[in-house]
Amino acid sequence: MLESEFIASLIAASMRAGTPLLFATLGEIITERSGVLNLGLEGVMITGAMVGFYFSYVTGNPWIGILAGGFAGLLLAMVHAFFTVTLKVDQAVTGLMLVLFGLGITGFLGRGLVGEVASYLQPVKLPLLSEIPYIGTAVFSHDPLVYIGILIVPLLWFFMNKTRYGMELYAVGENPEAADTVGISVDRIRFIAVLTGGFLVGIAGAHLSLAYAKVWTDGLTAGRGWICLALVIFSGWMPQRAIFGAYLFGGLDVLSFKLQAAGLGVSYHFMRMVPYIFTILVLLFSVIREREKFGAPSALGKPYIREQKY
Amino acid sequence: MSLLLWQGGKGCNFYKLVEHYQGIEINMGNRKTKTERGWALQGENSDIILEMKNITKVFPGVVANDRVNLEVRRGEIHGLLGENGAGKTTLMSILYGLYRPDEGEIIFDGEKRVFSSPKDAIESGIGMVHQHFMLVNKMSALNNILLGYKTPGDPLLDYEWAREKIRSIIEVYGIDAELDERVINMSVGEEQRVEILKSLFRDVKLLILDEPTSVLTPIESERLFQALKRMSEKGLTVLFITHKLREALEVTDRITVLRKGRNVGTLITKRTDEKELARLMVGREIDMKIEKKRVEAGKDVLKLENVYARNDRGLMALKGISLSVREGEILGIAGVSGNGQKELEEVIIGLRPVEKGKILFNGEDITFSSVRKRTRLGISCIPENRIETGLAPSLTIEENLILRDYESFSRNGFMEFDMIEAHAEKLVEEYGIKTPSTKAPARTLSGGNIQRLIIARELSRNPLFLIASQPTRGLDIAGIDYVRRKLISLAEEGKAILLISEDLEEIVQISDRIAVIFEGEIRGIFDRENVDIDRIGLLMSGGADN
Ligand SMILES: Nc1ncnc2c1ncn2[C@@H]1O[C@H](COP(=O)(O)OP(=O)(O)OP(=O)(O)O)[C@@H](O)[C@H]1O
Ligand SMILES: [Mg+2]
Repeated sequence: MLESEFIASLIAASMRAGTPLLFATLGEIITERSGVLNLGLEGVMITGAMVGFYFSYVTGNPWIGILAGGFAGLLLAMVHAFFTVTLKVDQAVTGLMLVLFGLGITGFLGRGLVGEVASYLQPVKLPLLSEIPYIGTAVFSHDPLVYIGILIVPLLWFFMNKTRYGMELYAVGENPEAADTVGISVDRIRFIAVLTGGFLVGIAGAHLSLAYAKVWTDGLTAGRGWICLALVIFSGWMPQRAIFGAYLFGGLDVLSFKLQAAGLGVSYHFMRMVPYIFTILVLLFSVIREREKFGAPSALGKPYIREQKY
Repeated sequence: MSLLLWQGGKGCNFYKLVEHYQGIEINMGNRKTKTERGWALQGENSDIILEMKNITKVFPGVVANDRVNLEVRRGEIHGLLGENGAGKTTLMSILYGLYRPDEGEIIFDGEKRVFSSPKDAIESGIGMVHQHFMLVNKMSALNNILLGYKTPGDPLLDYEWAREKIRSIIEVYGIDAELDERVINMSVGEEQRVEILKSLFRDVKLLILDEPTSVLTPIESERLFQALKRMSEKGLTVLFITHKLREALEVTDRITVLRKGRNVGTLITKRTDEKELARLMVGREIDMKIEKKRVEAGKDVLKLENVYARNDRGLMALKGISLSVREGEILGIAGVSGNGQKELEEVIIGLRPVEKGKILFNGEDITFSSVRKRTRLGISCIPENRIETGLAPSLTIEENLILRDYESFSRNGFMEFDMIEAHAEKLVEEYGIKTPSTKAPARTLSGGNIQRLIIARELSRNPLFLIASQPTRGLDIAGIDYVRRKLISLAEEGKAILLISEDLEEIVQISDRIAVIFEGEIRGIFDRENVDIDRIGLLMSGGADN
């Protein structure tokens, strides 16, 4: 009995902890599918978290906070897009700049928010479903963003695989020159992809501060942005796989707390290490799998300039 | 009748009138064929679909197009000829909206147009098949054809509708492709058909083909020509770039020759011949007769013993190849592409693992040696895929020229830039690589000049053994002549050469011995003295030798 309860609450917590990871991973998948690498996830995410917290704190409406977080992410992504897509600057450098910027500015502007209480996203118990013993608490009693995240996955999959826009996105990330020669505007698609990705990453941050952690502290994201970069590779740039990766990592994150609480004699610091060790393993695994050649967008990280031929 | 119509149309000048008149005269002589081909006698169809006026395009250091005028009639097949670097691709890229001209205007289908991107060109009805294909390798043929196209129900993709439309195109023009196959698994011929389908799918009025036949086998080329003729019968206009004069004479109605970025004349195909075209292109007569002196073949330099290797798809592509190349001889490998030539090249240079069998170089077993080691032993290679394996496109020409031997251009670990520069200057001059500067990135070279660069690098290092895979593909006639002579003189110096080519004529012309490859096996070896073209042709297509 006690065990099933433990597992139910573990699943519930994994989903909640996994949701920010899911949003950020999906955002980065969209970005990278267009051939743009945004290494700045950590910075974008934490900006979303702080801005979201602030707006919820000021307006008392968590949804305004979530949206504000999304738009903060979008704004930072716009900087990234401007540098990498319009000016064709090195994508890695711009991304790293976003990390430093995001961590710095949130630390500075967020000082006043530390210890404050904003209004948070409340869990919604789905009627009937949440009554089911164990499963109800595990799966059907979450805040709305958890469900929205789950819904986005099939939608995004459909968009990427079944629509013209999805195909254009894919082509731009694979062979921008080919896309250009059939009349697709490479820069426009990349711009839109980066902005959309940034929006989702911003929301991921806001969910972190307004639904999962329910607090603002300096460095709140604690490396989750980097983990999501690994999750993108883990998912093979496919949204349907991203959700498993995100929940799995959410679970690892939570497990370390739970085991700690259960009084297992393992050092706290060691447990906190587990997700990162796992990240390294995932990367190793992906490098080996990379030989399939069908994962990463072929033009990832390469700026596209037209008057250039081979 | 058409004359009047013409006069009633746009403003015209004397020159055009005369040319037009000549056209009619020609058509009278060929009443039947020309009527079939759909322009000419019905005057209303013989209008001008495209006029490019005074097009100038300057790249840093080169005038790629210098006040070019080009006039193309509706429904004709118009050839565009010129040496490597003459500006053909540039002119077509301008027409397709990829490059913006510095000067000049384009009148297409009766209207003045400014194409600022391919999108504009496509929307006005212009399609282009590029010299280097523009396909997304990981996507299926069908998706490549559909890419960027709005099917009914957009933004959803209506595959059924698309398949139906493609099927009708295939029926009309006879250009076929495996729609569900990924491009990565396709042969170049197939890729090209996908490219053409991509254009036809967009209902183009004018189709530009940039050197479509330089990657095709003779049979594939013949199929392409049939399709082109059908297109022109249906009223489609085709602009066709080629280096092969015979092809141009065979399929085109008119030919425009570019030299050094200028239009040096538009000719009616029926009234010209190879000689005149060659003279216009190069500015002098070219004598294509080459004789290789018979050198006493020496000892074996490269020897393959029962070699097996797999292709990228994991299938056995070389099935027990045994052959030897001796000092002072050129061994030609004849065969239709895709029968193991690529794998043979890669196995010898060391890029592909050998499953079974042995490779010996001057008696030394190099089956498992690294590429580096083989290079040092004196193996050179002109690879078939010049952009992917032959070159680092964003490095400069100088750097590309020392890629294989960069170590001998350094002292105590420091590069000797003066030496590198002098080396490059010398080779650019000697091999006729057209470029404003040896410090320009290699990707700015024209297709044929990229090939020259690779040949210069591989031949100048004075190898003991050379694999030359399609060495003259994409070269103009002067270039072809030069390379063939160079190969011969290399052999005459006692070097061993393995020549892989789909051009049977080339093989017969310069090889001492000819081996025929089919489905990964050597089906027969002939001495120069007793070559039998018919039998080689038969073996190439899998016929039994008895
Ligand atoms: N993007 C570019 N940047 C700089 N120079 C260029 C560029 N594209 C072409 N050129 C130069 O312009 C000239 C014409 O090139 P173009 O590709 O039009 O030749 P081409 O007639 O198609 O030759 P080929 O038969 O070898 O393909 C060449 O000297 C080439 O080096
Ligand atoms: Mg060209």
